[in-house]
Amino acid sequence: MDQLTCKNLKLGYENITLTEDLSFSVERGDYLCIVGENGAGKSTLMRTILRLQKPLAGSIEYNDDLTASKIGYLPQQTVVQKDFPASVFEVVLSGCQNSLGHHLFYNKAARKRAMDNMEKLGLKELAKWCYRDLSGGQQQRVLLARALCATEKMLLLDEPVAGLDPIVTNEMYELIKRLNDEGITVIMISHDIASSVKYAKHILHIGSSFFFGTVEDYKKSEAGSAYIEGGDAG
Amino acid sequence: MNTLITYLDYPFVRYALIVGVLIALCSSLLGVTLVLKRFSYIGDGLSHVAFGAMAVAAVTGLSDRMILTLPITILCAILLLWTGQNAKIKGDAAIAMISVGALAVGYLLMNIFPASSNVSGDVCTTLFGSAKILTLTKSEVILSIVLSVIVVILFVAFYNRFFAVTFDENFAKAVGTKTNILNLLIATIIAVIIVLAMNLVGSLLVSALVIFPALSSMRIFKCFRSVTIFSACLSVFCALSGIILSILLQTPVGSTIVVTDIAAFIICTVAGKIRG
Repeated sequence: MDQLTCKNLKLGYENITLTEDLSFSVERGDYLCIVGENGAGKSTLMRTILRLQKPLAGSIEYNDDLTASKIGYLPQQTVVQKDFPASVFEVVLSGCQNSLGHHLFYNKAARKRAMDNMEKLGLKELAKWCYRDLSGGQQQRVLLARALCATEKMLLLDEPVAGLDPIVTNEMYELIKRLNDEGITVIMISHDIASSVKYAKHILHIGSSFFFGTVEDYKKSEAGSAYIEGGDAG
Repeated sequence: MNTLITYLDYPFVRYALIVGVLIALCSSLLGVTLVLKRFSYIGDGLSHVAFGAMAVAAVTGLSDRMILTLPITILCAILLLWTGQNAKIKGDAAIAMISVGALAVGYLLMNIFPASSNVSGDVCTTLFGSAKILTLTKSEVILSIVLSVIVVILFVAFYNRFFAVTFDENFAKAVGTKTNILNLLIATIIAVIIVLAMNLVGSLLVSALVIFPALSSMRIFKCFRSVTIFSACLSVFCALSGIILSILLQTPVGSTIVVTDIAAFIICTVAGKIRG
């Protein structure tokens, strides 16, 4: 069943069109990697899916009881967050804000969900730690736990392994794979083409060349093989 | 000690203490958000706007100046936030423009239409707070109390949402939190706080009242809630001791409070270093 369908999207800003006539769909339990050169519009696409930005043309349909605000989002870290005085629990709990509704404070269910997700990602012992005192990998896991609090269906990850060392990067990929195996749809922006090909089920390549399809087909395609070789050489 | 007790018999001293504590409490609450959202400069810019508005109020001879300064400052706060987001003129440039402009116009007006014979004294009071103890009319005291209570209630009510937009505005927006309205609310509260605090410490020193307790608290504490609570307590303590010191030592109240805030910041920095 398709959760997300993008039809003839045109993305960009007022005078600049980044990408045009973009159509693809994501089904439940899918693992989609979005790859492409810098400036191809990957982040813009993600912002459009999250409704942070309007498409210049085209439409996005949300199905399967999914709405933009029920997507768990893992943004790239901002400078502000690097020395933010907040405990791990406070950060994870803030992922429940879409269940606040008109209430002012988080209820027991929200607190339990935050605790459960922290346990799931092995953060329970760090609950009272200060976010800024954590390592890069731990911080990413905290933000992933927060994203999980916001969703039961779909995660959107913006370069989740940027700046992490190879071991932690691997752990992060395995963690995301485990979540995907448990049934959560994953859409990920990635520059790491080797891992994308290894873990993803579908690839969306935007920019100078366009591809949308399964990983197997991508490896055989012109866009894919060139990109994969380029990635290996680099 | 005896001097202090004698002074406490005067109602205006008690007013000053009550209002001082309330203002210190309010101004510290949003300090953390302001510092972390890189909004500190907005606070600074707004205080200059408030100075300009104050000058206009003085010239027009309004008895209750807050009636004019409050709406003008709120309007500018909203304007600044707006320009910051849809940047035609970049946010910081817009702020510099508005704040320096307001200062110049304010000073000019006060000179062309002097409200009293001592223009430089008036200007100095508006910029740095009263030279002696704070004197407030009864209506100003009541208005200050009402506004402070509203600010505190709003802060507690929206605490979780303020945390969310401070920590990660994009995430908050993505999961459907109305960040624009929240930012508007934050800007309005800042404007109210600045107008209130201007009575106490003068427009040039307002930012100190907002920023110092938050920064001090961030040296020591590690979670948002304790940082907020401690900075509120610290701010109240510094304001109280500042006001009392200014009475005993006959010093200007605004700068005395700010000096105690600086001292507290130094102590907190050292304590934070020792704690590791």
